Amino acid sequence: MHADPRGVLTGVHFIDGDHAACEGALAAGCRFVAGYPITPSTEVVERFASRIPTVGGVFIQMEDEIASSIAIQGAAWAGKKVMTVTSGPGLSLMMEHVGLAAITETPCVFVDVQRGGPSTGLPTLPAQADMMQVKWGSHGDYEVIALSPHSPQECFDLMIKAFNLAETYRVPVFFMMDEVVGHMTERVVIPPAEQIEVVERRWTRKPPGEYRPYDTDESLVPEMVKAGDGYRIHITGLTHDERGYPAMNPTAQDAMVRRICAKIRQHAEKLVDVRMDGVEGAEVVVVSYGITSRVAGAAVAEARRRGLKVGHLRLVIVWPFPARLVRELAPSLKAFVVPELNMGQMALEVERAAAGRTRTISVPHAGGTVHEPEAILEKILEAAR
Amino acid sequence: MSKTEIRVGGLGGQGVILSAQIIGKAASIYDDKEATLIQSFGPEARGSACSAQVTIDTETIGYPYVKNPDVLVVMSPDAYAQFIPTLKPGGWLLYEEDLITLDERVPQGVKAFGIPATRFAEELGRRLVLNIVMVGFFAGVTGLVSYEAITNAVKTSVPKGTEDLNLRALARGYEYGCELARNSSS
Repeated sequence: MHADPRGVLTGVHFIDGDHAACEGALAAGCRFVAGYPITPSTEVVERFASRIPTVGGVFIQMEDEIASSIAIQGAAWAGKKVMTVTSGPGLSLMMEHVGLAAITETPCVFVDVQRGGPSTGLPTLPAQADMMQVKWGSHGDYEVIALSPHSPQECFDLMIKAFNLAETYRVPVFFMMDEVVGHMTERVVIPPAEQIEVVERRWTRKPPGEYRPYDTDESLVPEMVKAGDGYRIHITGLTHDERGYPAMNPTAQDAMVRRICAKIRQHAEKLVDVRMDGVEGAEVVVVSYGITSRVAGAAVAEARRRGLKVGHLRLVIVWPFPARLVRELAPSLKAFVVPELNMGQMALEVERAAAGRTRTISVPHAGGTVHEPEAILEKILEAAR
Repeated sequence: MSKTEIRVGGLGGQGVILSAQIIGKAASIYDDKEATLIQSFGPEARGSACSAQVTIDTETIGYPYVKNPDVLVVMSPDAYAQFIPTLKPGGWLLYEEDLITLDERVPQGVKAFGIPATRFAEELGRRLVLNIVMVGFFAGVTGLVSYEAITNAVKTSVPKGTEDLNLRALARGYEYGCELARNSSS
């Protein structure tokens, strides 16, 4: 179905990534945000708070991030499309409720505009050091989806995709921006509402009495109801059976955990979203995401000017990781080069997928600014030798 | 035109970020080029060092940071002192001449153009519009954005009800800039 025109600010804008992300959420149909503003993500909720009264919806500034991350889940079960917005310190506080969203299969979007850490770290400066936290941060086994935009335009476009994926798979979806993408201003084109595809929640057609909250078909994603529609449902963070009731035994645990992992893993190929540039025939492939992909692009261009065969693989969806693609590329390469604003997080994943078929060269950076293109170029040259 | 990198610097409260935003918007939306804007500022709302980096190109911009600008626009002595060593030799220096005194740090071959922007703004009735005077001056001296584009960008960026004042400020800076540029080339 198409986007609700009330939320779509059609036109050509010169806005930063934070504002564009907010517009993407509004276009996607997000009508409830709970948040505790934190630099460098504040502009997202600031804009949402000022726009939502005319669109029709609710913004609540909560007492903290723990409350924010649970308020959105209540609103999701009341039928709304929801998100919360934060940065590293807030994300750490939200981890308990990421697990709750995973086990209750509550569709929700977590926006993380990454800044330097650990702890309060560098409030106004960039990093990409939360990539593993969103994959593994809450306890127990579950799967998530994470996207990494590299421009304000993508903050708009991919935010719509993030909401659509949250609805399709009923998982927490992480929108992994960084301070530079969040605060960088560029042209953003917002199309008319009828050109924006949004995924509606999969509401059940079963009547009360027949509906069981965690019954599934081959998609492994259960249908949903919302509070107030006359269904008596029980939603819990305890291990539960198809009826949603606590069932704390190994059989129920096995069925539930396998399914909430499998519903992403069995669709992993469909979820691959990468941009490849000159990868075919390359001797070295640079793997990057977010703001680092733009800096890496400058290094790749310079390496090509020097006659090297260098490809660029940009991860748009970071989790699930495109493991098959990386595995298949590996044997023909001298090395992967992985620059990122952390001490080597996704580089581990590239290395795991490459499984010894080629080298993986990490180009770590502690954050606070971006790489110098020369630092990436140096590693490309080293890889090509 | 190939890539042009611009640094705008001044104090928080002078409208540094807005002026850079207007230049980027003019290029990106109304002149149909590519433009990126990166801003940095201290935690204080007023009086702290504040600067913005604008890149204008005919092609997609990868690396958005400005290390050695082709054009440096400065509105405070601190910003001048901080950024003058980074200006490319032969680049443009546009400065608030009542606030900044040039010295030997200006790189070789730099084309320097001063304007009493704050005084002009006061003459127009509000000191606040000094940044728009500077934006007009930028367009007049460098020709990097068209007057039509910068006019549209100002109109759509300033608070409603202040358009007339801001457009007068823009015109004042633009005409002064065109005149200085003409005199320097003749």
